[in-house]
Amino acid sequence: MHELSVCQNLVMQVERIARERNARVSSITIKIGPLSGVEAALVEQAYPLAVAGTCLSAARLIIDSLPVRVHCGVCQKDSVAAPNRMLCAHCGDWRTELLSGDELLLSSVELSRDPIAEVALQ
Amino acid sequence: MCQMCGCSLPGTEHVVHGTSSHPHQSGHEHLEVLSHLLAVNDEAAAHNRSHLDMHGVLAINFMSSPGAGKTSLLEATIRRLRSQYRISVVEGDLATENDAQRIRAQGVPAIQITTGNACHLDASMLHGALHDIALADVDLLFIENVGNLVCPASFDLGQHRDVVLLSVPEGDDKPEKYPVMFRAADLVLITKAELLEHIPEFDLQRARGSLQKIASAVPVLELSARRETGMDAWIDWLHAQKLANDSRIAAREPVIHQHAHAIGAAAEVRAGAD
Repeated sequence: MHELSVCQNLVMQVERIARERNARVSSITIKIGPLSGVEAALVEQAYPLAVAGTCLSAARLIIDSLPVRVHCGVCQKDSVAAPNRMLCAHCGDWRTELLSGDELLLSSVELSRDPIAEVALQ
Repeated sequence: MCQMCGCSLPGTEHVVHGTSSHPHQSGHEHLEVLSHLLAVNDEAAAHNRSHLDMHGVLAINFMSSPGAGKTSLLEATIRRLRSQYRISVVEGDLATENDAQRIRAQGVPAIQITTGNACHLDASMLHGALHDIALADVDLLFIENVGNLVCPASFDLGQHRDVVLLSVPEGDDKPEKYPVMFRAADLVLITKAELLEHIPEFDLQRARGSLQKIASAVPVLELSARRETGMDAWIDWLHAQKLANDSRIAAREPVIHQHAHAIGAAAEVRAGAD
């Protein structure tokens, strides 16, 4: 179960962004594909533990799950595949290239300025 | 109006590749980041790789389930290569120094990382170990990851190659059960090949077929570390990777490093190996 480490890495990265921009984070959107090695459901469980006591404790996590998509090197067509059966859906060949499905991305963050903090800075 | 997000800013110039920012009037801002979730680990891994490259070290990360024979393979490999290369080993386990002691018995330095309850090595753990290794005196660094077919695949350490072991008793369908791990491999080694005659359920063709199901064209070699059979092809592969890595490093500008690193405990570890 390495999802906690993944969340801790995420927290470090987003904390850095929040600090640089002197803003509060209201939500974090991540993209996860089934071939990333990270399970979305376990990330959801680990996230509250990772943000507890940090400046992200109030930030909502939004997970965007992506499908496995492959491009066939033989018939040149694209298709959706299962992570453990990445054959071309059109011709059945195994010589496919991954188009998407191994993403593990911090996609975006929603920031909000804290008016009190802004005044304090001035 | 911005065509990308519909906010009130003119044009789309504020949407730059990689990171874009949409400051909205309400004090809210939508910031596109599009970075790897493990960017913090990746930075540490890139740092490790620059250390290794600076000293011309080829680092190989060994991954498998527990008991697939990683340490036995390392012992047999060291016996074959220790007269040609200066080798160091980093051992990852939840607890004990047992594996590092086995490696030191082969006459090469070994650093044991005990992860406690962590199921994988990460780049900062390896970085800590690299401080204890005199990299200028190393040609090959073998990293034995924590025995686990899931978590280690997600964490870049700064290694140059990944070798995944599949031992005969585990079954020939492991690649399709653990696609992320086996897709990370630069080489798959089928280990404990001496057991093939006793375990007819393991079919080499099916193991290759299982890799094809996850669209992997990775090379596959079979060997027995115990009988030291099938080792030649594996050793040839290692020589070829070392040459390829050396040429890659030679073709590039030298890595400029920001800070000096201490190698304090290295002498002590080497003394322990003698």
